Formats: sequence, structure tokens, C-alpha cells
Amino acid sequence: MTTSATRGNVVAPGRGGVGDSALRPDGTLKVTGEFAYASDLWIDGTLFGATLRSPYARARIRAIDLGPALAVPGVEAVLTHEDVPGTKVYGLDHADQPVLAIGEVRYQGEPIAIVAADHPETARRALERIRIDWEVLEPITDARAVVADPDGRKVQERGGVVRHQPVRVGDVAAARARAEVVVSGEFSVGIQDQAFLGPESGLAVPAEDGGLDLFVATQWLHQDLRQIAPCLGLPQEKVRMTLAGVGGAFGGREDLSMQIHAGMLALRTGRPVRIVYNRYESFFGHVHRHPALMRYEYGATRDGRIGYATAEIVLDGGAYTSSTPSVVANAASLGLGPYEIPNLEIDAYGVYTNNPPCGAMRGFGAVQACFAYESMMDRLGAACGLGPVEIRRINAAGQGSKLATGQVIDSPAPLAEMLTRLAAMPMPAAPDRTDLRNLPGGVSQTTHGEGVVRGVGYGVGIKNICFSEGFDDYSTARVRLEVAGGEPAVVVHTAAAEVGQGLVTLQEQIARTELGVDRVTVAPADDRVGDAGSSSASRQSYMTGGAVRAACAAVRAEVLALARTRLGTDDDLSLAGGKVVSASAGAVAAIADVLGDRAVEHIREYRHRPTVPMDPVTGQGDTHVQLALCVHRAVVDVDVELGLVKVVELAAVQDVGKIMNRLSLEGQIHGGTAQGLGLALMEEIVVQDGLVRNPSFTDYLIPTILDMPPMRLDILESPDPHAPYGLRGAGEPPTLSSTPAIVAAVRDATGRPLNRVPIRPEHICR
Amino acid sequence: MRVTFTVNGREQVADDVWEGESLLFVLRERLGLLGAKNACEQGECGSCTVYLDGLPVCACLVAAGQAQGREVRTVEGLAGPDGLAPVQQAFAECGAVQCGFCTPGLLVQADDLITRVPEPSDAEIREALAGNLCRCTGYEKILDAVRRAAELKAAMR
Repeated sequence: MTTSATRGNVVAPGRGGVGDSALRPDGTLKVTGEFAYASDLWIDGTLFGATLRSPYARARIRAIDLGPALAVPGVEAVLTHEDVPGTKVYGLDHADQPVLAIGEVRYQGEPIAIVAADHPETARRALERIRIDWEVLEPITDARAVVADPDGRKVQERGGVVRHQPVRVGDVAAARARAEVVVSGEFSVGIQDQAFLGPESGLAVPAEDGGLDLFVATQWLHQDLRQIAPCLGLPQEKVRMTLAGVGGAFGGREDLSMQIHAGMLALRTGRPVRIVYNRYESFFGHVHRHPALMRYEYGATRDGRIGYATAEIVLDGGAYTSSTPSVVANAASLGLGPYEIPNLEIDAYGVYTNNPPCGAMRGFGAVQACFAYESMMDRLGAACGLGPVEIRRINAAGQGSKLATGQVIDSPAPLAEMLTRLAAMPMPAAPDRTDLRNLPGGVSQTTHGEGVVRGVGYGVGIKNICFSEGFDDYSTARVRLEVAGGEPAVVVHTAAAEVGQGLVTLQEQIARTELGVDRVTVAPADDRVGDAGSSSASRQSYMTGGAVRAACAAVRAEVLALARTRLGTDDDLSLAGGKVVSASAGAVAAIADVLGDRAVEHIREYRHRPTVPMDPVTGQGDTHVQLALCVHRAVVDVDVELGLVKVVELAAVQDVGKIMNRLSLEGQIHGGTAQGLGLALMEEIVVQDGLVRNPSFTDYLIPTILDMPPMRLDILESPDPHAPYGLRGAGEPPTLSSTPAIVAAVRDATGRPLNRVPIRPEHICR
Repeated sequence: MRVTFTVNGREQVADDVWEGESLLFVLRERLGLLGAKNACEQGECGSCTVYLDGLPVCACLVAAGQAQGREVRTVEGLAGPDGLAPVQQAFAECGAVQCGFCTPGLLVQADDLITRVPEPSDAEIREALAGNLCRCTGYEKILDAVRRAAELKAAMR
């Protein structure tokens, strides 16, 4: 007898199973305006919370006078660090971020006091009346200087360097002596902001048991809870977390923002408290992408084969630890990209400064290095007389190659093939110059075609998927199957955060496929089910997808066992189309009849294969779970006289292992590519002496529909045998490779070195 | 102050409005119409776009008092008795919605476009939607959706 309990079940195409372009279950609510985002929550008696933030990058607080603020009519509470009920610091990797500043501020925008009032304007006026006696200090803002003298430039007591991760392979000195061609470069990356459109927001509701119900927009409910509860002085079971509608995340919601503050105000006033940041405050309310300073040197044979590489990558994490240690690990382990390099030395540093705080953003440490190593590949190619595709193909890693960490890539990584396919894609036509909208500057009418030069560039990126370096990374799913209205119906319950990426759709697809049931509902994400881990590192399709699949398999096994008993058969059974299907006899029973009044429910945790930390001296180890590749070709038209760039077309080839939902997947590739375009050409938080100069959408530019060109996509499916359905995380890789491709294209058009992103007009025109 | 105006065909009265409040604030906080979104509140992102006397505006840039006696139509007022408006149906079908925070504003702006220009070219779509920021989609599926919405609307004629 064969047991069918482990067999997969297939849903016919078009029924919303795995592989179908199923539509979002929340799509209708989102187009009618009914979907409840965290900033839309309201119950009777709700107070408005607001936050007083530091105007200085570094200063001591000698005294705070709350009296005038408390005297404002309508103000219900004004709290400082003295009012934090429990632990006064929190953090993702290391608890060093004060809930509210304790005698000192270390970055502009650091929260100092919080207010609850009956109207946002009342709260704002109260904040204005808080008097602080400041001792302003000279900020520490030079990340390289911190690396050079970490003890002399301490923003944190534990020192100036968060993490230094070296990687050492082979003998660089010997390889350098043998090299026929040597190229070097210095590169820098400005601070990019996630710029999710839904501002940080949430509602805290005091409960009768002395605890709280928190409705927040986050990427990771359980990690929020682990940080929030101790600061509120409450056991975790008294803080009940529910995911409110999330208006985008991109890493910026992995750290806490308003959660503890709203909780403190609700506990103090006994009333519900809502905090909603405005855009200005949002720029100070979350961590950004680390800015980077990088030095690279490559040596090669004349025919372009790389013999050695060195890289120094300095990442400025700002004043608190956040996720900087893991960002450093990514920069170090992926710092030379998906190329075979026999001898190498990488040093990646994350440092504390008084610049804006940095942490997770889509691409997480792999983005910055990608700009540098891809710029180096072009430079090396030019020195060897080889084109951009050729130099990359010659050195391309593939399955069986070793990463810089010594980890062998043990699933398909068809980089050379991807480059070939990319280069073979048709090129866009020359612009129709009779329509100004096709030219750089567009309707600003800055040119009628004079001074416009076309350029083409290529970029390759490699990103680790899931949490690396030995992290116990898992997700949990509860799946329940029962009869409702005469039909079998499935409810999937996880704590995984839908942030716009389409995870709710995918959970439904998996349940339909695994259980052969059309009616599937994803319950609201909350902490009444086990940890799902973070919606980051492109990991949720893999991890929560894996957990939902495993829980469905357990449910299916029980249903099939019931069916065998009921039917008295040993046949090979499966579930499809709402029926129990026998391999020999076809449909033999309705699932609804097999279930009767019974509900079948199972909870499963899913873990990926274990990884290990990087060796602290050599950087070696099998640190990553899965690796994902994307390659881009950019075609640009540049007005070389004014320094204006119009991206004409972006083409991408990405290997995703398995297309789970083409519609959502394409959306991820388009959106990730657009964020890479932003980093290449416009997005930067400009900082001077630790102070942000452009905290608004007027001055911090993200791509509009006029900036983003049409895209060509070629999506490959080389399955990863270790992953559920063979899938490969897909959200981040496009964000890596689009940036260097666009910069290379602008270099091609202008001949300028362009060692910094974002490119500014003055870099092109000088 | 008291502000009286028509929203989605119904007369609405908002009392105790502070003079500094925006139309967006009154819609969201006083009338409970949460569809128009508060992404930047400075007229840069277009997420709060509503019709004011038939013209799309950023509700965050309109003082509440300016709405007195006028007609406002929000995303909640796009759907008709027969169901979703063409732009709503097309956005949901074409993958133009991810996080969805920009969607209500885009829908109003796109609805205005295909009402004025029944068969918009891509260049016209891009120009019309240039004031609406989306951080998730890279705009490709939004273009698909607006093209599709124009077809759906034409089919309804």
C-alpha cells in the first residue's frame, strides 16, 4: 500500500492555487477605501498621542520642565523616561535604544517626551511648551574616523564599532604580485529612506486586566511584543498584538516606532491612544538604509579572470545598534557579489555615529556593496577590453561555486545564462523627439534633443534569503478545515505580516492547492498563534509558506485517514476540487461528507535548514540559507549639458525557483526595481553635521510614474530542492541590481566616473 | 466652526471644526470617511486626492472651511449601484494594488483621466498620474490598470 498522506494535491489552473495569478483577497477593500490601516483606527474616547523629538544630533539634557505643557487644556498626560514602567531601553539585536531619552540624545529626532491630548493640535501645542535646558555637544559624524579611532569617538559606551567582520580567503599579496591588470575604486552610497506611504501609526487600548490591546502596523508582531512588554512592565500575555493594515514597510517597520509610547500613554490615562506620525516625523521615526563608504581593488589576468579582490566597507548605523550587526554580515559575505574570486580580503564595519539611525531596508547590506562591486566589474572589463556582459560571464559563479564565505552554492544559480538572456532582449527604439515627454526633463522643456546621449548598462545582484548566521528562523501556521454552509472551508491563521507583498494571497493559494478546497480565508494576523518571524529578508513565501503547507499536510493526512476508515479502502487517496479522490476510482466522497461536524485543525512550525555564524576572523561558514540572483539592463537618455537623466527602459532576468503567483511576483520585481532606480538617481536623506536637511516628499524624491520606465521581465524557474515548492525569495534581489545597471548606463552615456549614488546633475556636468 | 458640504451625494455637517483643520482631517476624523489617505499631508503624494466640485484636489491642502457648500466625492463614492467603478475593478484585477495606501488617491485621479480622455495614451496616463506616489508597484501594473479601466468604461457606454 502506498500512503497518500505525503502526496501533494493539485488544483486545476485558474482555481487560485499555487502557480495561479490569484487576486489579493484584500483587493476589493483596498479599492473601496474600506481597508483599515493602522492610521484609520478609532474607538470612542481615543486620545491623540504626539512625540517631542530632539532638534540636536548630540546633546545633554540638563533639565526638563513639563509644567507649561501639562497646563494646556485638553492635555491628559505628558511623560518622559521617568514614566517608563519597565525596562527603559529596547532594541532588535541589542537593547540600547531608550524608550525616551535619558539625560542625553544621540540623534536628531530622538524621542524625549510624549503627550496625550484631545486633539492633535492640542498635543502639538503641548509639545511646544515643554522646556528643555540643553547642553549641545559636537556630533560624531565621520564613520571612517570612527573606524580609525573607535575608542576616541564613542557614541555608545560599548565603543564606536558595532561590528567588524573580516573575510579572508587565499593569499591576496601573492595574487597581487601575479596580477596583469589591477583596478581600484572608492564608492559611496547616500542614506536611502524606505518611504513607505502609510505613516507609522497604531492604537493602544487599555484592557480590564491591566494589560493592553495593541493594533499596529509592523513587520514582526512577536519581536515587537518581546521588546514592548518588558518596557511596559507587563508580562507578554497581557500585551495582545494585532496587525493593523500596513501601508508598506520595506524594512522600516522592523524596529519599533510608536508602539511603546502609545502603550505608556494608554496605561497612564486609562483611555485608548492613537499615534499617527506625519511625513516629517516619519523621516525621524524609523531607521534608514545605511550609508556606505567603500574602497575596492581587483587584480585580474589580461583576459579578465579575477585573481584577487579586496574590499573595505564602512556602514554608518547611527547611534543605536538596531540590525547593524546583520547588515554588516550581509555586506561582508556578499561584498564581492556572485563571482568566483580565489583570493580575497573583505573588511566590513558597522559604526555608531550621531547621524540618522540606520537598520533594515530592502536589500539589507547587500545593496551598498552591489553598487561597488558592479562598478568594479565595469571598470575591470574596460581595463581588459571586455564588455560588461562578457566580464561578468567570465567570472560568474554558478551552482557548485564558492561564495566569499566558502559556502558552496548548492542549488541552481544560472548567472551566466541569465546574462546571456538579458543581453539578447530587444533594445528599445530611439526616442520620438517630437514628443518632449520622451526626453530628459520632459514637459519642463529643457531640451528638444540637443545634448541628449543614450547609454546602456548592466547590473548583477545576489541576495541571501531568510535569516542567516545561525538564527533560529521559523514560522508557525494554524490551519483549520471544517464544513461551513455545506462546503468545506479552510481558515489559515498566522502571525505573519502582510505589508503589501501579497502574503495573504499566497497563503490562500497554498491552502487551496494542499487541501483541494476553494474556500479559504486568512484570519487576521495576531499573536494568538506562534511566531511567524519577520516579513523581511524575502523570507515569508519560504517560511510562512512552508508552515502553511506543513499544517495543511497534517490536516490532509487526518482527513484522508478519516476517509479511508469511512470508505473502508486502502486506496491511494488525495484531495481535489472539494472531493476525496482515489487514484483508481476518481472522486469517491465529498470532503464535506467525510468531515461531517468535525473540524480538523493542526498547527505546524516550519524551520529552514540550519546555518552558522561567520567565523569572526576568517568570515568563513555556511551562513546563508538560500541565495537569489537578479540581473538588470538599463537604457538611459542623458542630457549631458544639464545632467538630467531619463531612464528609457529597464530589463530584468530573475530566477525565482518557482513562480507562485506571477501577478504578485511581477509587482515585486517592478517595485524593487523602482526603489533601485530611486537610489541611483534621486533618493537621499541629506545630512549635514548630523542634521537631516530634507525630511519631506518635497525634498526627498521617490520615483514617480514619469521616472519609472517600462520594464521587460524574463523570469526563470530553476527549483531550489531545499525550499517549499522549489521557490526562491524574490522581493529584494531586483532592488540590488537595478541601481548599478542605471549608473553604468549613465556612465556609458557621459564617460563620468560616477562613484556615488544617488547621482546628482553636478556629477554629470561637473 | 461648523462646515456643511456634500460628500458622495449626501449633505454632511461637521461641528467644532478648528479653523486650521484640512478637508482631509474633517473627512477622516470627523465624518469617518477614512478612504482618502494621510501619507504626506503636504500635497506631494496624492494619496488624499478627492473630487472637489468635480476637480481632483489634494484634500490635505484644502482648508476645511473652503469646502463649505461644495461637493466632495471620495474613493467611497466611486462605486455605483451596480458595483465597483471601472478604475476600482481594473486596479484590483491588474495587480495595481499592493499595500494599497496610494490606491484611493490614484483611483480618483485615474477616474478623472478616463472621464476626460476616454482612450488615454501611456504618455497621457503618466502625465495625469505624475502627482500620485506609489512606493510598492513601480507603476507598471498601474499603467495596465488604467488602460484596462478605460476599456471597461468604454464597454459600459
